[in-house]
Amino acid sequence: MLKIKGLKAGVEDNNILKGIDLQVNKGEIHAIMGPNGSGKSTLSSVIAGKEEYEVEGGSIEFDGTSIMDLSPEERAHLGIFLSFQYPVEIPGVSVSNFIKTSINETRKAKGLEPMPAGELLKLMREKMELLDIKKGFLSRSLNQGFSGGEKKRNEIFQLATLAPKLAILDETDSGLDIDALKIVANGINKLRTPENATIVITHYQRLLDYIVPDFVHVLYNGRIVKSGTKELAFELEAKGYDWIIKEVEEQCI
Amino acid sequence: MTEEDKILKEVTGAEYKYGFTTDIESDKIPKGLSEDVVRLISAKKNEPEWLLERRLKAFEVWKKMDEPDWANVSYKKPDYQDIIYYAAPKQKKKLESLDDLDPEMRKTFEKLGISLNEQKRLAGVAVDFVMDSVSVATSFKDKLLELGIIFCSISDAVIEYPDLVKKYLGSVVPTGDNFFSALNSAVFTDGSFCYIPKGVRCPMELSTYFRINEAGTGQFERTLLVADQGSYVSYLEGCTAPMRDENQLHAAVVELIALDDAEIKYSTVQNWYPGNEEGIGGVFNFVTKRGICHDRAKISWTQVETGSAVTWKYPSCILKGDDSVGEFYSVAVTNNLQQADTGTKMIHIGKNSKSTIISKGICAGKSEGSYRGLVKIMKSAENARNFSQCDSLLMGDKCGSHTFPYIEVKNKSAKVEHEATTSKIGEDQIFYCNQRGIGTEEAIALIVNGYCKDVLNQLPMEFAVEAQKLLAISLEGSVG
Ligand SMILES: Nc1ncnc2c1ncn2[C@@H]1O[C@H](COP(=O)(O)OP(=O)(O)O)[C@@H](O)[C@H]1O
Ligand SMILES: [Mg+2]
Repeated sequence: MLKIKGLKAGVEDNNILKGIDLQVNKGEIHAIMGPNGSGKSTLSSVIAGKEEYEVEGGSIEFDGTSIMDLSPEERAHLGIFLSFQYPVEIPGVSVSNFIKTSINETRKAKGLEPMPAGELLKLMREKMELLDIKKGFLSRSLNQGFSGGEKKRNEIFQLATLAPKLAILDETDSGLDIDALKIVANGINKLRTPENATIVITHYQRLLDYIVPDFVHVLYNGRIVKSGTKELAFELEAKGYDWIIKEVEEQCI
Repeated sequence: MTEEDKILKEVTGAEYKYGFTTDIESDKIPKGLSEDVVRLISAKKNEPEWLLERRLKAFEVWKKMDEPDWANVSYKKPDYQDIIYYAAPKQKKKLESLDDLDPEMRKTFEKLGISLNEQKRLAGVAVDFVMDSVSVATSFKDKLLELGIIFCSISDAVIEYPDLVKKYLGSVVPTGDNFFSALNSAVFTDGSFCYIPKGVRCPMELSTYFRINEAGTGQFERTLLVADQGSYVSYLEGCTAPMRDENQLHAAVVELIALDDAEIKYSTVQNWYPGNEEGIGGVFNFVTKRGICHDRAKISWTQVETGSAVTWKYPSCILKGDDSVGEFYSVAVTNNLQQADTGTKMIHIGKNSKSTIISKGICAGKSEGSYRGLVKIMKSAENARNFSQCDSLLMGDKCGSHTFPYIEVKNKSAKVEHEATTSKIGEDQIFYCNQRGIGTEEAIALIVNGYCKDVLNQLPMEFAVEAQKLLAISLEGSVG
């Protein structure tokens, strides 16, 4: 589904991603771990097409075709969804209005009519129940005055209503207490199908107790320095990142 | 180009949708202003002697006044001798119904997006359409008359309801109030008159569409709205003007009188021609709007201003009565080289009088937008309250936004609060929307509408939809 080869990207003279290779197939869950500042959010932004980052080399393919020249909204229309680490506030735009616009703009891009109001309402109700979201939530201004947890839950709510092919969850666990984490993880698991895929970005192993990954990658200093199965996450939890960093540095010498 | 630059470029490129003229033969008098011209206007309208006298007095006052220059706008002052002060579309006879309308004029209605048949069908809206200076069509008049509601052109009112007009005309905006109101008092040609009798709740939104049509004609409407004790009315004023090369002057006066326990809601959507990208052409909009609230009365001004080259406008409330309420909700969009200096004045005289000011400025291009507000609490205004919120949204870094809040408090029990913010549409906000499949143009419309929500919510339903569309049009084509 997603095939990244030799991806290099950065801002001005700051190289952040220094050659990333990653392949994600249908039905898989990949975890990307790594210390702060290693480039995890940058990678997700570059996949989503944020123009702030200059791509200096490599390729990104989605469902067999390059998406390098596509705008962020075109990538979204193909089914790439990013749950933001820091979701932005849009004052005066209600959660429901935003989701409605999002769904209908995506439909429009596919040549479909706007979703009938009744259907839309039903969809939102269903997903609210899945994520234990209270009724008043829909009419609140998007992310304005939301707690950290509410913001993250709102991201997953959007994920649930849009049902993308590829979901990239950037630090979705941060800001969630344990109960909320369970609800959100349970929601994400329920949204899984053999046809879609998920990339979970986190620097704690905690989330991976609930969303069990097929593969774990360690991103450090703009490179994937180690890949493995979920056991790698346990090892990281027990030993921290230092041993990997040491290993990497030794290799370099 | 950064995303923002692109947006700006495109925003600047959005064309004025209503730039066309109606080809109707027009009856106009020669250019220039003199006592004879004032007499001629009055004679053309078969006015009674008292009104002619008032006009002549106003003309004398105006001649001694200087054009104000304290507003944060700069423009080439109009040559008042180069303006045509009266132009009436030539019509064979007065219209009995809208069906008799000139086909050219009907086309104009259609281009403006006001299908009158549609509006009739939707009911609830009575339209008094002002094309240039003479009101050409009035609908729903009979239905309203059954309730004792008078809704007609000010010219007709002068003839048919002289006592009401004589009593209230100039009572809120006196002749010598300012340069433009003095000019208007001398040469006003038409406008609307409305009277709601005691205890009557006007069952429909009253609506006027203004339109400047004849090249080189100034437009000096006069609107007078009287809500008698315990009555309620919601009044909508919509304005569009065709594209013209020379600047056109528009100096209207609107007076509202809300007697004890009455409520007036006055909503305006203004999208007159703003001039082109280089700042050529466009309407000069110098308007005096003021209302007076008696005991427990309430006046709400709501305006969405997207047009005009230069706007100078401060809808105000004189809160004379105890427990009276004044509100001002405003969205002002400036783009390209547009300049707007707009705001409100809340004059608290009565005890427990309350006022709320919500102003949302949006500046793009090289435009300048200013909020200018006065909150004045007189000594008598025991326990007066004011809350003001003035926000500015900047698009790009070539535009400017300014806030001039003047606060004068002469009674210690008063409470006045003022909040102001300035923000930008962030690239992060746009990327967030993009990531959810919403293109940049739609994203900006969404964000801007959200930003203006508190004001748009004040508009009657159908007007709110129109205003949202207008905001979107002025931000059209924002994706490269
Ligand atoms: N827009 C930007 N401009 C400059 N530096 C950036 C930008 N985005 C990220 N960086 C830098 O790139 C590095 C990786 O950041 P990020 O991808 O956010 O890391 P992570 O998500 O793994 O914590 C950091 O050193 C950060 O300061
Ligand atoms: Mg990060």
